[in-house]
Amino acid sequence: MLTILCPVCNISAPELEFVYAGQAHISRPGNPEELSDEDWRDYLFIRANTRGIHAERWRHTHGCARFFNVLRDTCSDLVLATYQIGHEPPLVTLGRD
Amino acid sequence: MQFSFLSLLKNAQAGANRWTPQWPTVEPKAHYDVIIVGAGGHGLGAAYYLAKEYGLRNVAVLEKGWLGGGNTGRNTTIIRSNYLYDESVGLYDHAMDLWDGLSQELNYNVMYSKRGVLMLAHSVHDVQVLKRHVYANDRLGVDNTWLTPAEAKDYCPPLNISPTARYPILGGALQRKGGVARHDAVAWGFARAASARGVDIIQNCGVTAIRRNQQGHVTGVETERGFIAACKVAVSAAGNTSMIMDSAGIRLPLESFPLQALVSEPVKPVMPCVVMSNSVHAYISQSDKGELVIGAGTDQYISYSQRGAFHVIEKTLASICEIFPIFSRLRVLRTWAGTVDVTPDRSPIVGKTPVPGLYVNCGWGTGGFKATPGAAHVLAHTVACDAPHPINAPFHLDRFRTGRLIDEAAAAAVAH
Repeated sequence: MLTILCPVCNISAPELEFVYAGQAHISRPGNPEELSDEDWRDYLFIRANTRGIHAERWRHTHGCARFFNVLRDTCSDLVLATYQIGHEPPLVTLGRD
Repeated sequence: MQFSFLSLLKNAQAGANRWTPQWPTVEPKAHYDVIIVGAGGHGLGAAYYLAKEYGLRNVAVLEKGWLGGGNTGRNTTIIRSNYLYDESVGLYDHAMDLWDGLSQELNYNVMYSKRGVLMLAHSVHDVQVLKRHVYANDRLGVDNTWLTPAEAKDYCPPLNISPTARYPILGGALQRKGGVARHDAVAWGFARAASARGVDIIQNCGVTAIRRNQQGHVTGVETERGFIAACKVAVSAAGNTSMIMDSAGIRLPLESFPLQALVSEPVKPVMPCVVMSNSVHAYISQSDKGELVIGAGTDQYISYSQRGAFHVIEKTLASICEIFPIFSRLRVLRTWAGTVDVTPDRSPIVGKTPVPGLYVNCGWGTGGFKATPGAAHVLAHTVACDAPHPINAPFHLDRFRTGRLIDEAAAAAVAH
């Protein structure tokens, strides 16, 4: 089970308090009427599925109920950093070979 | 060597020391007509059908780890075909037909046991969803029967059908010809049969990238053991498929999640069939060794760690103990996880890609084992003919552009 630091409440809590909400930093297109089918496919369905450092959204369902972002190594499942919605991801290193 | 009662007897008398390796260890050649990435059941089966039905023998199956060590060796071996949509039924029923004669065809006992798969309904919503499946299947002539709680109890005595149970059983959909098979034997049987027809099976040879020429056509693959040229490449690498396809410039609508399973300590035969409960994520059968084989739902986040969190297992076991109070004192023997590649509509992608000479078989998510021979067969057809078989034609990659999804995710009505 992951231990996640909620950047809003500033408390560390077990994964059970949180709900995963998919890849982070995907913005809804501002010009939907101009989008091609390819653009819609990419927005709706194509995901990074990163092997390594993955930026993802989580929600502190059983705490402040806010969404926030997490950087996590998808090979070790280590949470490397958490940061608020609207912020740029911090620079992190993997800390493994 | 052909396995038979006589060969077993002769070897037993000789102290069982005359058995030879079932397939040779070979070094990769410089060039192949077809390279298949991933030596799971699907990849090995595709190589077998390429050699057997399409006469392509200059074929290699490349595997990063060991043969059948990915999701082929990590699933809970459930076989069924009672899906909702016609396209899915076509694909999974094709596999069902091939499972039937597979042991004889491969001369390898894959231990396919038609003990029946019973899917439980715990709520009015579940009843409606499962009955809809029964009616849809009936229209297509696919075996699927609605059972009342008493009939379900009759078919599977360990069930607790008390109306006051935490997860009351309001009925179930039974596919009698569904069942289980031995997953390792499926990989080994296909490997042995493919190898006997000239296919090279190369383990510990991870593919790092797909190479293309200036026209965009596939030229081969970069591996941990150097470049290997190929006219055609088919990627069947489950959770790692999206990474490999990225190197060919193709981004897939896939996400890789951990899916956990576990076995109990072995006990005498107690569980006569497979029971699945989608709404509480509990999947259970008993292996021939006597272990109860239990599958959980996926963990919530993407991961390549091949490990999951214990609370997911705990939740599944809580459900199992509610539905089968008789199992509550059994102990867990071991747990493990595989990395499953999930598509947005929970249906697989099997077919050509925008890159000439590159084919893909992926997105089987939490349920690829049951399709092993069928997926392998239609993938082999797609590669050999450079055109999809009618059965896998609807499962093309372009459906995520056109919006013509095969939405088994909504049909199952659970968060997979």
